[in-house]
Amino acid sequence: MAEYAHPEFLVETEWVAQHLDDPNVRIVESNEDALLYDTGHIPGAVRVDWFTTLQHPVRRDFLTKEEFEALCSSLGISNDTTVVFYGDKSNWFAVYAFWLFEYYGHEKRKVMNGGRARWVAENRPLTTEVPSYPPTVYHAKEPDASIRAFRDDVMRHIQERLPLVDVRSPKEFSGELLHMPGYPQEGAQRGGHIPGAVNIPWAQAVDEDGRFKSPEALRELYQSRGITPDKDIIAYCRIGERSSHTWFVLKYLLGYPKVRNYDGSWTEWGNLVGAPIEKGEGSSAS
Amino acid sequence: MSLNLPPRLAEIVSDFAECEGREKLELLLDYARRFPPLPADFNADEQAEDVPECMTPVRMSAKLVNGRLNFVFDVPAESPTVRGYAMIIMEGLNNTTPEEVLSIPAEFYLQMGLQDVLTAQRLNGMAAILAHVKRRAAEALEKAD
Repeated sequence: MAEYAHPEFLVETEWVAQHLDDPNVRIVESNEDALLYDTGHIPGAVRVDWFTTLQHPVRRDFLTKEEFEALCSSLGISNDTTVVFYGDKSNWFAVYAFWLFEYYGHEKRKVMNGGRARWVAENRPLTTEVPSYPPTVYHAKEPDASIRAFRDDVMRHIQERLPLVDVRSPKEFSGELLHMPGYPQEGAQRGGHIPGAVNIPWAQAVDEDGRFKSPEALRELYQSRGITPDKDIIAYCRIGERSSHTWFVLKYLLGYPKVRNYDGSWTEWGNLVGAPIEKGEGSSAS
Repeated sequence: MSLNLPPRLAEIVSDFAECEGREKLELLLDYARRFPPLPADFNADEQAEDVPECMTPVRMSAKLVNGRLNFVFDVPAESPTVRGYAMIIMEGLNNTTPEEVLSIPAEFYLQMGLQDVLTAQRLNGMAAILAHVKRRAAEALEKAD
């Protein structure tokens, strides 16, 4: 079987089990569910929370560089720590945290394949004990703009007819739903998708056991829809979390050199005055 | 508290309101931990919606016995927040009348103050569960007519 393009960014549960006491490794749980970590987590793992620890407390943005440095310090993460991310729901929010760590230039990052569900399914140990690590002195880099797209970038992308991947569910893509089922507060004024985007729901990249599909299956999934490695690609969803999952797949598992995550996503675009929108199923292949 | 809530639910809401910060999460976690195993005879109502990707799949059944409602929920263990919400609803609304359920204000849970520690987005699950429960209560009333 062919390998992923950058296998060093992915680890299996067994690797994590063997590094529980490794002082150079920090395991970080990042979940959609706010209480899941409290019910039990991988021994030694610290928690980040997408809503309450990784976002700016007031404006719509991520932590500032200084706040990110303070966060890393409080989690005992130094610049050369290997940080391993895992979480619930096929690593949905774990990969978002991974993306943010890359944004601020943290080099040694890994995602645990299969996420929390696989660790639990393998009957590996969990604890409710919350660890504490001595604070570090952490120096973040300036934000890496090459992995983040803003609305003006997206507008240019449309004009240049470059590919966009919309990773939301088909009904959000078509415009039938204004928000993800069950998430009414993350809605938008208008439904539909960014003109020219292809709809490849993020979860198609994982198997039933939550692990990423094989390189062959992933290549087929994206390339058959015109999402090929020679292109400049922007992925988006509703708030940028599901699309960071697809960003990871394209960049690290398939080795695409130019992929950005548009974290403003539909909650920005669908509320933006004058922004072009396409309704319906769109072009399924290009 | 001026909300028109069934007595047990009113108590729960006020318990949460009195907790500060992190204590609110501990209390919600207590409810999640007390979430009961699914009864052997559990049958999700046929209307129970199959929830698409991303959202926690919640199934429920509602039974009307002698004019009083009883709710049973099925929520996966890996969603303790939603389990906590479901447990609050089960405990707060069991043995209530459909009229009582229908008179609960749609945003009664804001009084609990969980939005301060969980963020507003994470309260969507509670809103969805309350909407399900009210729909069942309305159906129970229609059948009784």
